[in-house]
Amino acid sequence: MSEKIFFNFPVTADSHTLAAYKKRGGYQALETALKTMQPIDVEKEVMASGLRGRGGAGFPTGSKWSFVNKKAPVVYLCCNADEGEPGTFKDRWIFEHSSHQLIEGMILASYALNVRNAFIYIRGEFDLPYRRLMEAMSEVYQAGYLGENILGSGFSCDIRVMQGGGAYVCGEESSLYTSIEGFKGYPRNKPPFPAVQGLYKAPTVVNNVETLANVPWIIANGAKAFSAMGTEKHPGTKLFGVSGHVAKPGLHELPLGYPLKKLIYEDCGGILNGKQLKAVIPGGSSTPILLPKDVETANLDAECLATFRTMLGSGGVIVISEGICMVRLLQVLSRFYAHESCGQCTPCREGSAWMNDIISRIVAGKGSKGDLESLERITKGIMGNTVCALGDAASMPVINFITKFRTEFDYYIEHGRSMNDGRLEI
Amino acid sequence: MSCIEDKFAQLRATYPKELNSSLVMPFLRIMLDEKKHLGESDAVFIATYLDLPPMQVKEALTWYTMFYRQPVGKHVIKICRNIACSLMGAERLIDHISAKLGIKPGETTPDGRFTLLLVECLASCGTAPAMQIDDDYHEQLTEGTIDQILKGLS
Repeated sequence: MSEKIFFNFPVTADSHTLAAYKKRGGYQALETALKTMQPIDVEKEVMASGLRGRGGAGFPTGSKWSFVNKKAPVVYLCCNADEGEPGTFKDRWIFEHSSHQLIEGMILASYALNVRNAFIYIRGEFDLPYRRLMEAMSEVYQAGYLGENILGSGFSCDIRVMQGGGAYVCGEESSLYTSIEGFKGYPRNKPPFPAVQGLYKAPTVVNNVETLANVPWIIANGAKAFSAMGTEKHPGTKLFGVSGHVAKPGLHELPLGYPLKKLIYEDCGGILNGKQLKAVIPGGSSTPILLPKDVETANLDAECLATFRTMLGSGGVIVISEGICMVRLLQVLSRFYAHESCGQCTPCREGSAWMNDIISRIVAGKGSKGDLESLERITKGIMGNTVCALGDAASMPVINFITKFRTEFDYYIEHGRSMNDGRLEI
Repeated sequence: MSCIEDKFAQLRATYPKELNSSLVMPFLRIMLDEKKHLGESDAVFIATYLDLPPMQVKEALTWYTMFYRQPVGKHVIKICRNIACSLMGAERLIDHISAKLGIKPGETTPDGRFTLLLVECLASCGTAPAMQIDDDYHEQLTEGTIDQILKGLS
Protein backbone atom coordinates (compact mmCIF):
# COMPACT_ATOMS: atom_id res chain seq x y z
CA MET A 1 0.00 0.00 0.00
CA SER A 2 1.54 3.23 -1.10
CA GLU A 3 1.33 6.39 0.97
CA LYS A 4 -0.80 9.29 -0.20
CA ILE A 5 0.43 12.78 -0.79
CA PHE A 6 -2.96 14.26 -1.64
CA PHE A 7 -5.77 11.97 -0.51
CA ASN A 8 -4.47 11.74 3.06
CA PHE A 9 -7.34 13.45 4.87
CA PRO A 10 -11.12 13.18 4.86
CA VAL A 11 -12.76 16.01 2.91
CA THR A 12 -15.05 17.95 5.24
CA ALA A 13 -16.73 21.36 5.23
CA ASP A 14 -13.56 23.04 6.52
CA SER A 15 -10.74 20.66 5.56
CA HIS A 16 -9.50 23.26 3.05
CA THR A 17 -8.82 25.93 5.70
CA LEU A 18 -5.43 26.96 7.05
CA ALA A 19 -6.29 25.65 10.52
CA ALA A 20 -7.12 22.20 9.15
CA TYR A 21 -4.05 22.17 6.90
CA LYS A 22 -1.80 23.07 9.83
CA LYS A 23 -3.37 20.32 11.92
CA ARG A 24 -2.31 17.89 9.19
CA GLY A 25 1.26 19.15 9.54
CA GLY A 26 0.93 21.91 6.96
CA TYR A 27 3.58 24.64 6.68
CA GLN A 28 5.97 22.61 8.85
CA ALA A 29 8.07 21.80 5.80
CA LEU A 30 8.29 25.52 5.09
CA GLU A 31 9.28 26.35 8.66
CA THR A 32 11.93 23.63 8.64
CA ALA A 33 13.28 24.70 5.27
CA LEU A 34 13.50 28.38 6.16
CA LYS A 35 15.21 27.62 9.48
CA THR A 36 17.52 24.74 8.65
CA MET A 37 17.95 24.49 4.89
CA GLN A 38 19.77 26.58 2.32
CA PRO A 39 17.87 27.22 -0.93
CA ILE A 40 20.21 24.80 -2.73
CA ASP A 41 19.31 22.09 -0.19
CA VAL A 42 15.65 22.38 -1.15
CA GLU A 43 16.57 22.06 -4.83
CA LYS A 44 18.84 19.09 -4.10
CA GLU A 45 16.08 17.34 -2.16
CA VAL A 46 13.63 17.81 -5.04
CA MET A 47 16.29 16.68 -7.50
CA ALA A 48 17.04 13.57 -5.40
CA SER A 49 13.33 12.72 -5.10
CA GLY A 50 13.14 12.23 -8.86
CA LEU A 51 9.91 14.29 -9.02
CA ARG A 52 8.84 14.80 -12.63
CA GLY A 53 6.38 17.36 -13.96
CA ARG A 54 2.74 16.35 -13.55
CA GLY A 55 1.31 18.62 -16.25
CA GLY A 56 2.08 16.45 -19.25
CA ALA A 57 5.69 16.43 -20.40
CA GLY A 58 7.07 14.69 -17.30
CA PHE A 59 10.31 16.68 -17.24
CA PRO A 60 12.39 16.24 -14.04
CA THR A 61 11.48 19.14 -11.75
CA GLY A 62 14.87 19.34 -10.01
CA SER A 63 16.66 19.60 -13.36
CA LYS A 64 14.28 22.34 -14.50
CA TRP A 65 15.09 24.27 -11.34
CA SER A 66 18.82 23.66 -11.70
CA PHE A 67 18.91 25.37 -15.12
CA VAL A 68 17.97 28.69 -13.54
CA ASN A 69 20.67 31.19 -12.65
CA LYS A 70 19.61 32.04 -9.11
CA LYS A 71 21.97 35.01 -9.03
CA ALA A 72 20.02 36.74 -11.78
CA PRO A 73 18.51 40.02 -10.56
CA VAL A 74 14.99 38.67 -11.02
CA VAL A 75 13.70 35.10 -11.23
CA TYR A 76 10.03 34.27 -11.69
CA LEU A 77 7.97 31.24 -10.78
CA CYS A 78 4.67 30.61 -12.57
CA CYS A 79 2.26 27.94 -11.45
CA ASN A 80 0.45 26.54 -14.45
CA ALA A 81 -3.14 26.15 -13.28
CA ASP A 82 -4.72 26.58 -16.72
CA GLU A 83 -6.07 23.04 -16.47
CA GLY A 84 -7.75 22.49 -19.82
CA GLU A 85 -6.48 19.29 -21.41
CA PRO A 86 -9.69 17.38 -22.16
CA GLY A 87 -10.00 14.50 -19.70
CA THR A 88 -8.07 16.26 -16.93
CA PHE A 89 -9.68 17.44 -13.70
CA LYS A 90 -7.04 16.98 -11.00
CA ASP A 91 -5.76 20.51 -10.32
CA ARG A 92 -9.31 21.55 -9.63
CA TRP A 93 -9.41 19.10 -6.73
CA ILE A 94 -6.18 20.51 -5.30
CA PHE A 95 -7.58 24.05 -5.36
CA GLU A 96 -10.91 23.04 -3.89
CA HIS A 97 -9.54 20.91 -1.09
CA SER A 98 -5.86 21.63 -0.55
CA SER A 99 -4.91 25.09 -1.90
CA HIS A 100 -2.49 25.50 1.00
CA GLN A 101 -0.50 22.52 -0.17
CA LEU A 102 0.10 24.27 -3.49
CA ILE A 103 0.88 27.60 -1.82
CA GLU A 104 3.38 25.97 0.57
CA GLY A 105 4.99 24.20 -2.39
CA MET A 106 5.25 27.51 -4.25
CA ILE A 107 6.88 29.26 -1.30
CA LEU A 108 9.39 26.41 -1.02
CA ALA A 109 10.08 26.54 -4.76
CA SER A 110 10.43 30.32 -4.60
CA TYR A 111 12.91 29.96 -1.74
CA ALA A 112 14.93 27.42 -3.73
CA LEU A 113 14.89 29.57 -6.88
CA ASN A 114 15.33 32.98 -5.25
CA VAL A 115 11.94 34.17 -6.51
CA ARG A 116 10.51 37.41 -5.15
CA ASN A 117 7.34 37.46 -7.28
CA ALA A 118 5.47 34.31 -8.21
CA PHE A 119 2.27 33.86 -10.17
CA ILE A 120 -0.58 31.39 -10.22
CA TYR A 121 -2.25 31.42 -13.64
CA ILE A 122 -5.63 29.80 -13.01
CA ARG A 123 -8.09 29.13 -15.80
CA GLY A 124 -10.74 31.78 -16.09
CA GLU A 125 -13.76 29.50 -15.89
CA PHE A 126 -12.89 28.09 -12.47
CA ASP A 127 -15.18 29.48 -9.79
CA LEU A 128 -15.04 27.42 -6.57
CA PRO A 129 -11.36 26.54 -7.12
CA TYR A 130 -10.61 30.26 -7.54
CA ARG A 131 -12.61 31.29 -4.50
CA ARG A 132 -10.99 28.61 -2.34
CA LEU A 133 -7.54 29.69 -3.54
CA MET A 134 -8.26 33.33 -2.75
CA GLU A 135 -9.51 32.42 0.74
CA ALA A 136 -6.31 30.46 1.28
CA MET A 137 -4.20 33.36 -0.02
CA SER A 138 -5.68 35.80 2.49
CA GLU A 139 -5.20 33.28 5.31
CA VAL A 140 -1.56 32.82 4.30
CA TYR A 141 -0.81 36.53 4.19
CA GLN A 142 -2.42 37.00 7.60
CA ALA A 143 -0.36 34.15 9.03
CA GLY A 144 2.86 35.69 7.69
CA TYR A 145 3.83 32.83 5.38
CA LEU A 146 3.89 35.25 2.44
CA GLY A 147 5.04 38.84 2.11
CA GLU A 148 8.07 40.55 3.64
CA ASN A 149 10.56 38.63 5.79
CA ILE A 150 8.66 35.33 6.01
CA LEU A 151 8.82 33.88 9.55
CA GLY A 152 11.73 36.15 10.33
CA SER A 153 13.97 34.36 7.82
CA GLY A 154 14.79 37.40 5.75
CA PHE A 155 13.22 35.73 2.73
CA SER A 156 10.41 37.70 1.10
CA CYS A 157 7.98 36.46 -1.50
CA ASP A 158 4.63 37.42 -2.99
CA ILE A 159 2.26 35.27 -5.01
CA ARG A 160 -0.21 36.88 -7.37
CA VAL A 161 -3.19 35.07 -8.80
CA MET A 162 -4.20 35.72 -12.37
CA GLN A 163 -7.29 34.40 -14.10
CA GLY A 164 -7.03 33.21 -17.70
CA GLY A 165 -9.31 34.24 -20.53
CA GLY A 166 -10.49 30.86 -21.79
CA ALA A 167 -7.61 29.92 -24.08
CA TYR A 168 -6.42 26.30 -24.11
CA VAL A 169 -3.05 27.28 -25.55
CA CYS A 170 -2.25 29.35 -22.44
CA GLY A 171 -1.47 26.05 -20.71
CA GLU A 172 1.66 25.98 -22.90
CA GLU A 173 4.39 27.51 -20.77
CA SER A 174 5.54 30.34 -23.01
CA SER A 175 1.96 31.19 -23.93
CA LEU A 176 1.19 31.29 -20.22
CA TYR A 177 3.80 33.89 -19.38
CA THR A 178 3.02 35.87 -22.50
CA SER A 179 -0.53 36.06 -21.15
CA ILE A 180 0.76 37.07 -17.71
CA GLU A 181 2.62 39.89 -19.47
CA GLY A 182 -0.75 41.18 -20.65
CA PHE A 183 -0.64 40.07 -24.29
CA LYS A 184 -2.66 37.65 -26.38
CA GLY A 185 -1.19 34.26 -25.53
CA TYR A 186 0.99 33.49 -28.54
CA PRO A 187 3.60 30.85 -27.64
CA ARG A 188 7.25 31.75 -28.24
CA ASN A 189 10.05 29.98 -30.02
CA LYS A 190 12.49 28.00 -27.91
CA PRO A 191 15.36 28.53 -27.40
CA PRO A 192 15.63 30.71 -25.45
CA PHE A 193 14.09 28.39 -22.90
CA PRO A 194 12.14 29.94 -20.03
CA ALA A 195 14.89 29.02 -17.55
CA VAL A 196 17.06 31.50 -19.45
CA GLN A 197 14.52 34.00 -20.74
CA GLY A 198 10.87 33.71 -19.78
CA LEU A 199 8.46 36.11 -18.10
CA TYR A 200 9.57 39.71 -18.73
CA LYS A 201 12.74 38.22 -20.28
CA ALA A 202 13.90 37.00 -16.84
CA PRO A 203 14.75 33.40 -15.92
CA THR A 204 11.42 31.67 -15.25
CA VAL A 205 10.21 28.33 -14.00
CA VAL A 206 6.75 27.15 -15.01
CA ASN A 207 5.48 24.19 -12.99
CA ASN A 208 2.12 22.44 -12.88
CA VAL A 209 -0.13 22.68 -9.81
CA GLU A 210 0.27 19.02 -8.86
CA THR A 211 4.06 19.18 -9.31
CA LEU A 212 4.42 22.10 -6.90
CA ALA A 213 1.95 20.59 -4.43
CA ASN A 214 4.25 17.54 -4.11
CA VAL A 215 7.13 19.66 -2.83
CA PRO A 216 6.03 20.12 0.84
CA TRP A 217 5.65 16.35 1.20
CA ILE A 218 9.13 15.79 -0.25
CA ILE A 219 10.69 18.30 2.14
CA ALA A 220 8.74 16.93 5.12
CA ASN A 221 9.33 13.23 4.42
CA GLY A 222 12.54 13.28 2.46
CA ALA A 223 13.49 12.44 -1.09
CA LYS A 224 13.98 8.75 -0.25
CA ALA A 225 10.43 8.25 0.99
CA PHE A 226 9.17 9.86 -2.22
CA SER A 227 11.33 7.85 -4.58
CA ALA A 228 10.32 4.68 -2.73
CA MET A 229 6.88 5.11 -4.32
CA GLY A 230 6.11 4.61 -7.98
CA THR A 231 8.70 3.27 -10.40
CA GLU A 232 12.44 3.84 -10.38
CA LYS A 233 12.36 6.27 -13.30
CA HIS A 234 8.98 7.79 -12.50
CA PRO A 235 8.67 7.97 -8.73
CA GLY A 236 5.88 9.18 -6.50
CA THR A 237 2.13 9.13 -6.78
CA LYS A 238 -0.03 10.74 -9.42
CA LEU A 239 -3.59 11.97 -9.58
CA PHE A 240 -5.48 10.11 -12.30
CA GLY A 241 -8.84 11.37 -13.47
CA VAL A 242 -10.93 8.68 -15.08
CA SER A 243 -13.81 9.76 -17.29
CA GLY A 244 -16.00 8.36 -20.03
CA HIS A 245 -17.57 4.92 -20.01
CA VAL A 246 -16.66 3.49 -16.62
CA ALA A 247 -19.10 2.54 -13.89
CA LYS A 248 -17.48 4.89 -11.37
CA PRO A 249 -15.64 7.82 -12.95
CA GLY A 250 -13.54 9.99 -10.67
CA LEU A 251 -10.16 11.00 -9.35
CA HIS A 252 -7.67 8.50 -7.92
CA GLU A 253 -4.27 8.97 -6.33
CA LEU A 254 -2.09 6.02 -7.28
CA PRO A 255 1.60 5.17 -7.30
CA LEU A 256 3.10 5.63 -10.76
CA GLY A 257 3.43 2.35 -12.60
CA TYR A 258 -0.05 1.27 -11.48
CA PRO A 259 -1.69 -1.17 -13.92
CA LEU A 260 -4.17 0.60 -16.21
CA LYS A 261 -6.37 -2.48 -16.29
CA LYS A 262 -6.66 -2.51 -12.51
CA LEU A 263 -7.57 1.16 -12.47
CA ILE A 264 -10.37 0.67 -14.99
CA TYR A 265 -11.76 -2.67 -13.84
CA GLU A 266 -11.20 -2.55 -10.06
CA ASP A 267 -10.98 1.08 -8.96
CA CYS A 268 -13.53 2.36 -11.45
CA GLY A 269 -15.85 -0.64 -11.45
CA GLY A 270 -15.29 -1.70 -15.07
CA ILE A 271 -17.01 -0.51 -18.21
CA LEU A 272 -20.38 1.22 -17.89
CA ASN A 273 -23.41 -1.07 -18.27
CA GLY A 274 -21.16 -4.14 -18.46
CA LYS A 275 -20.06 -3.27 -22.01
CA GLN A 276 -16.78 -4.26 -23.62
CA LEU A 277 -13.88 -1.87 -23.83
CA LYS A 278 -13.12 -0.31 -27.20
CA ALA A 279 -10.26 2.09 -26.51
CA VAL A 280 -8.57 4.19 -23.85
CA ILE A 281 -6.95 7.60 -24.14
CA PRO A 282 -4.44 7.41 -21.30
CA GLY A 283 -3.29 10.95 -20.57
CA GLY A 284 -5.60 13.64 -21.89
CA SER A 285 -7.01 14.07 -25.38
CA SER A 286 -3.65 14.79 -27.04
CA THR A 287 -2.11 11.41 -26.13
CA PRO A 288 -2.26 8.49 -28.58
CA ILE A 289 -5.05 6.00 -28.00
CA LEU A 290 -4.65 2.47 -26.56
CA LEU A 291 -6.54 -0.62 -27.74
CA PRO A 292 -7.98 -3.27 -25.36
CA LYS A 293 -5.02 -5.58 -25.97
CA ASP A 294 -2.65 -2.78 -24.86
CA VAL A 295 -4.70 -2.17 -21.72
CA GLU A 296 -3.99 -5.74 -20.61
CA THR A 297 -0.33 -4.95 -19.91
CA ALA A 298 0.03 -1.17 -19.84
CA ASN A 299 1.21 0.45 -16.62
CA LEU A 300 0.69 4.09 -15.80
CA ASP A 301 4.21 5.51 -15.94
CA ALA A 302 6.08 7.37 -18.64
CA GLU A 303 8.48 4.56 -19.58
CA CYS A 304 5.88 1.82 -19.87
CA LEU A 305 3.44 3.97 -21.86
CA ALA A 306 6.28 4.99 -24.19
CA THR A 307 6.62 1.34 -25.21
CA PHE A 308 3.01 1.62 -26.44
CA ARG A 309 3.96 4.82 -28.28
CA THR A 310 1.77 6.93 -26.07
CA MET A 311 2.23 9.17 -23.05
CA LEU A 312 1.19 9.57 -19.44
CA GLY A 313 0.34 13.21 -20.18
CA SER A 314 -1.69 14.87 -17.47
CA GLY A 315 -3.23 11.65 -16.16
CA GLY A 316 -6.62 12.16 -17.77
CA VAL A 317 -7.77 8.63 -18.60
CA ILE A 318 -10.70 8.64 -21.03
CA VAL A 319 -12.44 5.27 -21.44
CA ILE A 320 -14.43 4.48 -24.58
CA SER A 321 -16.90 1.60 -24.75
CA GLU A 322 -17.72 -0.69 -27.67
CA GLY A 323 -20.31 0.64 -30.10
CA ILE A 324 -18.96 4.19 -30.15
CA CYS A 325 -18.35 5.82 -33.54
CA MET A 326 -14.68 6.72 -33.70
CA VAL A 327 -15.21 8.93 -36.76
CA ARG A 328 -17.60 11.21 -34.93
CA LEU A 329 -15.44 11.08 -31.80
CA LEU A 330 -12.47 12.27 -33.83
CA GLN A 331 -14.64 15.11 -35.11
CA VAL A 332 -15.19 16.22 -31.49
CA LEU A 333 -11.41 16.38 -31.05
CA SER A 334 -10.58 17.97 -34.40
CA ARG A 335 -13.21 20.65 -33.77
CA PHE A 336 -11.61 21.35 -30.38
CA TYR A 337 -8.08 21.74 -31.74
CA ALA A 338 -9.24 23.84 -34.69
CA HIS A 339 -11.06 26.07 -32.21
CA GLU A 340 -8.09 26.39 -29.87
CA SER A 341 -5.32 26.85 -32.45
CA CYS A 342 -4.04 30.32 -31.55
CA GLY A 343 -3.52 31.57 -35.09
CA GLN A 344 0.21 32.27 -34.92
CA CYS A 345 1.68 29.47 -37.09
CA THR A 346 0.21 28.85 -40.52
CA PRO A 347 0.57 25.02 -40.51
CA CYS A 348 -1.45 24.69 -37.30
CA ARG A 349 -3.94 27.51 -37.93
CA GLU A 350 -4.82 26.32 -41.45
CA GLY A 351 -4.06 22.64 -40.96
CA SER A 352 -6.19 22.12 -37.88
CA ALA A 353 -9.11 23.81 -39.66
CA TRP A 354 -8.62 21.73 -42.84
CA MET A 355 -8.51 18.52 -40.82
CA ASN A 356 -11.71 19.51 -39.06
CA ASP A 357 -13.34 20.39 -42.40
CA ILE A 358 -12.40 17.04 -43.95
CA ILE A 359 -13.50 15.02 -40.91
CA SER A 360 -16.75 16.99 -40.70
CA ARG A 361 -17.36 16.32 -44.40
CA ILE A 362 -16.86 12.59 -43.82
CA VAL A 363 -19.27 12.74 -40.86
CA ALA A 364 -21.83 14.53 -43.06
CA GLY A 365 -21.68 11.52 -45.42
CA LYS A 366 -19.80 13.40 -48.14
CA GLY A 367 -16.39 11.83 -47.66
CA SER A 368 -14.43 10.91 -50.75
CA LYS A 369 -11.64 8.57 -51.65
CA GLY A 370 -8.32 10.09 -50.73
CA ASP A 371 -9.63 11.99 -47.70
CA LEU A 372 -7.66 9.87 -45.26
CA GLU A 373 -4.51 10.33 -47.33
CA SER A 374 -5.13 14.08 -47.29
CA LEU A 375 -5.44 13.99 -43.52
CA GLU A 376 -2.17 12.12 -43.22
CA ARG A 377 -0.47 14.59 -45.52
CA ILE A 378 -1.77 17.56 -43.49
CA THR A 379 -0.52 16.10 -40.21
CA LYS A 380 2.93 15.72 -41.75
CA GLY A 381 2.83 19.38 -42.72
CA ILE A 382 1.95 20.42 -39.19
CA MET A 383 4.05 18.21 -36.95
CA GLY A 384 7.40 19.70 -36.06
CA ASN A 385 6.65 22.86 -38.03
CA THR A 386 5.02 24.99 -35.37
CA VAL A 387 6.21 27.11 -32.45
CA CYS A 388 4.39 25.08 -29.78
CA ALA A 389 3.09 21.55 -29.37
CA LEU A 390 -0.57 22.34 -30.05
CA GLY A 391 -0.09 21.46 -33.70
CA ASP A 392 1.34 18.08 -32.77
CA ALA A 393 -1.45 17.57 -30.24
CA ALA A 394 -4.01 18.26 -32.97
CA SER A 395 -2.31 15.90 -35.41
CA MET A 396 -1.64 12.90 -33.19
CA PRO A 397 -5.27 11.92 -32.53
CA VAL A 398 -6.00 12.19 -36.28
CA ILE A 399 -3.12 9.89 -37.25
CA ASN A 400 -3.95 7.54 -34.43
CA PHE A 401 -7.67 7.26 -34.99
CA ILE A 402 -7.42 6.74 -38.73
CA THR A 403 -4.64 4.17 -38.34
CA LYS A 404 -6.13 2.17 -35.50
CA PHE A 405 -9.77 2.34 -36.66
CA ARG A 406 -9.14 2.41 -40.41
CA THR A 407 -12.05 0.11 -41.29
CA GLU A 408 -14.51 2.43 -39.54
CA PHE A 409 -13.24 5.40 -41.50
CA ASP A 410 -13.23 3.50 -44.81
CA TYR A 411 -16.78 2.28 -44.16
CA TYR A 412 -18.02 5.79 -43.32
CA ILE A 413 -16.50 7.23 -46.50
CA GLU A 414 -17.77 4.40 -48.72
CA HIS A 415 -21.31 4.21 -47.35
CA GLY A 416 -21.78 7.78 -46.20
CA ARG A 417 -22.81 6.62 -42.76
CA SER A 418 -21.36 5.29 -39.53
CA MET A 419 -20.73 1.62 -38.81
CA ASN A 420 -21.94 2.37 -35.28
CA ASP A 421 -25.05 4.52 -35.83
CA GLY A 422 -22.87 7.58 -35.21
CA ARG A 423 -23.09 6.86 -31.53
CA LEU A 424 -21.07 8.85 -28.97
CA GLU A 425 -22.81 7.79 -25.76
CA ILE A 426 -23.71 4.26 -24.71
CA MET B 1 -16.44 54.38 -14.46
CA SER B 2 -15.63 55.45 -10.92
CA CYS B 3 -16.36 52.04 -9.37
CA ILE B 4 -14.16 50.36 -11.96
CA GLU B 5 -11.41 52.91 -11.42
CA ASP B 6 -11.53 52.28 -7.67
CA LYS B 7 -11.01 48.57 -8.29
CA PHE B 8 -8.23 49.30 -10.79
CA ALA B 9 -6.44 51.54 -8.31
CA GLN B 10 -6.83 49.04 -5.49
CA LEU B 11 -5.29 46.22 -7.49
CA ARG B 12 -2.60 48.39 -9.05
CA ALA B 13 -1.40 49.37 -5.57
CA THR B 14 -0.47 45.72 -4.95
CA TYR B 15 1.61 45.37 -8.16
CA PRO B 16 5.18 46.64 -8.36
CA LYS B 17 5.89 48.97 -11.28
CA GLU B 18 7.81 46.36 -13.28
CA LEU B 19 4.69 44.16 -13.38
CA ASN B 20 2.47 46.98 -14.69
CA SER B 21 1.71 45.16 -17.93
CA SER B 22 0.49 42.13 -15.97
CA LEU B 23 -2.56 44.15 -14.98
CA VAL B 24 -4.08 43.87 -18.46
CA MET B 25 -5.79 40.49 -17.89
CA PRO B 26 -7.09 41.32 -14.38
CA PHE B 27 -8.35 44.71 -15.56
CA LEU B 28 -10.18 43.21 -18.55
CA ARG B 29 -11.80 40.76 -16.14
CA ILE B 30 -12.83 43.50 -13.69
CA MET B 31 -14.29 45.50 -16.55
CA LEU B 32 -16.13 42.50 -17.96
CA ASP B 33 -17.67 41.68 -14.57
CA GLU B 34 -18.89 45.27 -14.33
CA LYS B 35 -20.09 45.81 -17.93
CA LYS B 36 -20.96 42.24 -19.12
CA HIS B 37 -19.46 42.89 -22.54
CA LEU B 38 -16.56 44.96 -23.75
CA GLY B 39 -15.73 47.11 -26.75
CA GLU B 40 -12.72 48.79 -28.27
CA SER B 41 -13.15 51.88 -26.10
CA ASP B 42 -12.75 49.73 -23.00
CA ALA B 43 -9.45 48.38 -24.27
CA VAL B 44 -8.28 51.91 -25.04
CA PHE B 45 -9.37 53.01 -21.56
CA ILE B 46 -7.28 50.27 -19.92
CA ALA B 47 -4.31 50.98 -22.19
CA THR B 48 -4.44 54.68 -21.32
CA TYR B 49 -4.79 53.90 -17.62
CA LEU B 50 -1.75 51.61 -17.69
CA ASP B 51 0.18 53.68 -20.23
CA LEU B 52 0.47 50.74 -22.62
CA PRO B 53 0.04 50.60 -26.42
CA PRO B 54 -3.73 50.46 -27.15
CA MET B 55 -3.10 47.72 -29.74
CA GLN B 56 -1.72 45.39 -27.04
CA VAL B 57 -4.93 45.58 -25.01
CA LYS B 58 -7.17 45.49 -28.10
CA GLU B 59 -5.43 42.30 -29.22
CA ALA B 60 -5.86 40.73 -25.81
CA LEU B 61 -9.54 41.73 -25.70
CA THR B 62 -10.29 40.19 -29.07
CA TRP B 63 -8.17 37.05 -28.67
CA TYR B 64 -9.51 35.57 -25.41
CA THR B 65 -12.92 33.96 -25.76
CA MET B 66 -14.11 34.87 -22.27
CA PHE B 67 -14.11 38.61 -23.00
CA TYR B 68 -17.50 38.96 -24.67
CA ARG B 69 -17.73 41.63 -27.32
CA GLN B 70 -21.45 41.25 -27.97
CA PRO B 71 -24.22 41.81 -25.44
CA VAL B 72 -25.05 38.61 -23.58
CA GLY B 73 -28.17 37.59 -21.71
CA LYS B 74 -28.72 37.95 -17.98
CA HIS B 75 -27.51 34.37 -17.61
CA VAL B 76 -24.79 32.86 -19.78
CA ILE B 77 -25.07 29.10 -20.15
CA LYS B 78 -21.86 27.40 -21.23
CA ILE B 79 -22.34 23.76 -22.03
CA CYS B 80 -19.37 21.51 -22.68
CA ARG B 81 -19.12 19.72 -26.03
CA ASN B 82 -15.72 18.12 -25.57
CA ILE B 83 -14.81 14.45 -25.49
CA ALA B 84 -15.75 13.26 -21.98
CA CYS B 85 -19.04 15.14 -21.99
CA SER B 86 -19.81 13.91 -25.53
CA LEU B 87 -19.30 10.32 -24.36
CA MET B 88 -21.84 10.96 -21.60
CA GLY B 89 -24.55 12.55 -23.73
CA ALA B 90 -23.59 16.20 -24.27
CA GLU B 91 -25.12 16.28 -27.78
CA ARG B 92 -28.48 15.12 -26.46
CA LEU B 93 -28.38 17.73 -23.69
CA ILE B 94 -27.34 20.51 -26.07
CA ASP B 95 -30.34 19.67 -28.27
CA HIS B 96 -32.58 19.61 -25.21
CA ILE B 97 -31.48 22.95 -23.82
CA SER B 98 -31.55 24.50 -27.28
CA ALA B 99 -35.14 23.35 -27.82
CA LYS B 100 -36.15 24.39 -24.33
CA LEU B 101 -34.84 27.93 -24.75
CA GLY B 102 -35.85 28.14 -28.40
CA ILE B 103 -32.41 29.35 -29.48
CA LYS B 104 -29.40 27.91 -31.24
CA PRO B 105 -25.98 27.83 -29.58
CA GLY B 106 -24.42 31.28 -29.80
CA GLU B 107 -27.79 33.03 -29.58
CA THR B 108 -29.59 34.97 -26.84
CA THR B 109 -33.29 34.56 -26.03
CA PRO B 110 -35.43 37.49 -27.26
CA ASP B 111 -36.28 38.43 -23.66
CA GLY B 112 -32.55 38.77 -22.95
CA ARG B 113 -32.57 36.22 -20.13
CA PHE B 114 -30.31 33.51 -21.56
CA THR B 115 -27.30 33.23 -23.84
CA LEU B 116 -26.36 29.69 -24.85
CA LEU B 117 -22.72 28.97 -25.63
CA LEU B 118 -20.94 25.73 -26.49
CA VAL B 119 -17.56 25.52 -24.79
CA GLU B 120 -14.59 23.18 -24.71
CA CYS B 121 -13.50 21.15 -21.69
CA LEU B 122 -14.48 22.69 -18.32
CA ALA B 123 -12.38 20.15 -16.36
CA SER B 124 -15.52 18.33 -15.19
CA CYS B 125 -14.76 15.12 -17.09
CA GLY B 126 -15.26 12.85 -14.08
CA THR B 127 -18.66 14.40 -13.44
CA ALA B 128 -19.71 14.74 -17.08
CA PRO B 129 -21.86 15.98 -18.68
CA ALA B 130 -21.31 19.47 -17.35
CA MET B 131 -22.28 23.08 -17.90
CA GLN B 132 -21.53 26.39 -16.29
CA ILE B 133 -24.23 29.00 -15.75
CA ASP B 134 -22.66 32.38 -15.02
CA ASP B 135 -20.06 31.32 -12.43
CA ASP B 136 -21.64 28.12 -11.12
CA TYR B 137 -20.74 24.64 -12.32
CA HIS B 138 -23.54 22.08 -12.78
CA GLU B 139 -22.44 18.49 -13.27
CA GLN B 140 -23.76 14.99 -13.96
CA LEU B 141 -26.55 16.63 -15.91
CA THR B 142 -29.72 15.01 -17.19
CA GLU B 143 -32.63 16.57 -19.06
CA GLY B 144 -34.49 16.59 -15.73
CA THR B 145 -31.82 18.40 -13.75
CA ILE B 146 -31.34 20.95 -16.54
CA ASP B 147 -35.07 21.77 -16.44
CA GLN B 148 -34.90 22.19 -12.68
CA ILE B 149 -31.80 24.37 -12.79
CA LEU B 150 -33.31 26.64 -15.44
CA LYS B 151 -36.56 26.91 -13.47
CA GLY B 152 -34.60 28.00 -10.40
CA LEU B 153 -33.01 30.96 -12.19
CA SER B 154 -34.55 34.41 -11.85
